[in-house]
Amino acid sequence: MPTDETPGGAPRRPTLAVWKFASCDGCQLTLLDCEDELLGIAEKVDISHFLEASSATAPGPYDLSLVEGSVTTPRDVERIRHVRAVSRRLVTIGACATAGGVQALRNYADVAEFQAVVYARPDYVAALATSTPIAAHVPVDFELRGCPIDRGQLLEVITAHLAGRTPGVPRHSVCFECKQRGTTCVTVAHGTPCLGPVTHAGCGALCPTMGRGCYGCFGPSDSTNLPAFVPLLRRDGMDTLDVVRVLRTFNTAAEEFDAASRDEEELR
Amino acid sequence: MTGCERDSADAVIDKDGMDALITILAARGRTVVGPTVRDGAIILAEISGGAELPYGWGVELEAGRYRLVARDDGAAFAHSAGPQSWKTFLHPPRVREWSADRDADGTIVVTADDTPVPAYAFLGVRPCDLRAIAVQDRVLTGGRYGDSAYRRRRDGAFLVAVECTEPGATCFCVSMETGPAVGPGYDLALTEVLDGDGHRFLVRAGSGEGAAVLAELPSRAADSATRSAARDRVAEAADRMGRTMPLVDLRTLMRETLDAERWNDVTSRCLTCGNCTMVCPTCFCTTVEDVTDLTGDHAERWRHWESCFDRDFTHVPTGPVRDSPRSRYRQWATHKLGTWYDQFGSSGCVGCGRCIVWCPVGIDITEEAHALNRERGRSTAQEAG
Repeated sequence: MPTDETPGGAPRRPTLAVWKFASCDGCQLTLLDCEDELLGIAEKVDISHFLEASSATAPGPYDLSLVEGSVTTPRDVERIRHVRAVSRRLVTIGACATAGGVQALRNYADVAEFQAVVYARPDYVAALATSTPIAAHVPVDFELRGCPIDRGQLLEVITAHLAGRTPGVPRHSVCFECKQRGTTCVTVAHGTPCLGPVTHAGCGALCPTMGRGCYGCFGPSDSTNLPAFVPLLRRDGMDTLDVVRVLRTFNTAAEEFDAASRDEEELR
Repeated sequence: MTGCERDSADAVIDKDGMDALITILAARGRTVVGPTVRDGAIILAEISGGAELPYGWGVELEAGRYRLVARDDGAAFAHSAGPQSWKTFLHPPRVREWSADRDADGTIVVTADDTPVPAYAFLGVRPCDLRAIAVQDRVLTGGRYGDSAYRRRRDGAFLVAVECTEPGATCFCVSMETGPAVGPGYDLALTEVLDGDGHRFLVRAGSGEGAAVLAELPSRAADSATRSAARDRVAEAADRMGRTMPLVDLRTLMRETLDAERWNDVTSRCLTCGNCTMVCPTCFCTTVEDVTDLTGDHAERWRHWESCFDRDFTHVPTGPVRDSPRSRYRQWATHKLGTWYDQFGSSGCVGCGRCIVWCPVGIDITEEAHALNRERGRSTAQEAG
């Protein structure tokens, strides 16, 4: 990407923008959390729009936009179209942007009812009935999963962008990561419920390595079989409500988790 | 260090002798890796003394289930295959193949990875796993394009085999003719014996270095009672296999059942999570990944384990070649039991049972083979009728 030249002929550094929608800011903080590499990033890209870090912004268009958060308001719908229009490459980061986030729990309930209960003037609140991922609204070039995203994977996405190559971000299950780092399977050896077999890799099998089950914060892998998997959770002690709850967290609106949790709920 | 098979004198060592064995191997500059209890399982890890061996621990195995259980007899090797195999050390999950740096003048210098390879001593290699190592030797170094890093690790490794006296419920080495008695390829072979005469190990050397190590061990001459007890325990183990393969030519069975309905049945249960391939001691597939740093002046090529259950494993510009879970499970099973013969001259399965145990949903390759065999029988009968 760093091929453009400024009018004077000097090579132009690619511009980076970071955008926030409905989210907790944790994923964009991951960029600031790249302490050792942050200066290196700043040397290679112009961080042109990153309100979490600086209120100074430069106008677009931007070479690389990192988008955090889900679409939850009518204004978000307009804003994401603008972001898409001013971005050459749009990468969504985190469970909110890629799956709708934990706030997509609203998709199973009546938002008007919440508003009536919580707000004195619900008519002041302009919220959509659902929380949806960015890709439901505009074309997305790459999705980086996780709640929050993995720092190493974010660096990989940025460096891959700078080198003009595809990021090395596997889409298979977390089980690959457990086996490759020598973590004994918590389900097979201990009967611990674990979403690893249906969950997208990327965290490095953080939870199983600490002896607990994966809770799916990277969302579904690219090859799941939830109907075959859910009976395992039951075998290992989860009841229907537990199964619904474990599927309805940060990636509740991801298609595979959503379908499985709805199937389970029908059993209740 | 292997390949020099000979009938050397056997000897008997006790637990102190086992401690001495570890000490002697370490003194020879070797990294000793053996079974040890960690995280509720008997794993393979670097050990520095006999006390780290799993004395008094066994395992209960079933499809999709592994439990560590205490044993009254204090045996060290009365457990079957654990969550890892020796490929973790000989064919590691992640290795850097080379790195490249761009100088100020734009010259690119590529440097092959020269991370020193440990001289391993593997303590407690089961007969099935000894065969698995031989299978990987053939795959990774047998052809024109040998894996030199594997060869270095392998050539430097000293193998202490332990005959199997306590097969698990998921074991079927007898069907695959890989155990429970030890085959060729070891430096030392042990058989653990526990009876009224005490806790001891019958030891034989299978190589020059094995004989040299044996000579250094505090041992006594083997007595006929120990020899016959060892023989009996291994023979009894052969009768206690938890699983069997159908008594047919598996290669033909795979070839003749490619369109079987059973593949749909197993696919409805398969999670395509890849665990079976990762725990399999012969699965060898890898992929490479090129990484660059922020400057773009430094690049590295890493090789890591890959699996035929990963959709991206067969990714080509139009998408994955084996997109359906059915095609992926079938590829794995038919390669393992069938086309492996065409490619490498042997079965790819050694009957260790790991794929059965560590499959979260407990898919059992022996059960699938039996089902395919039955389905083939039914369709043959229909054609005849």
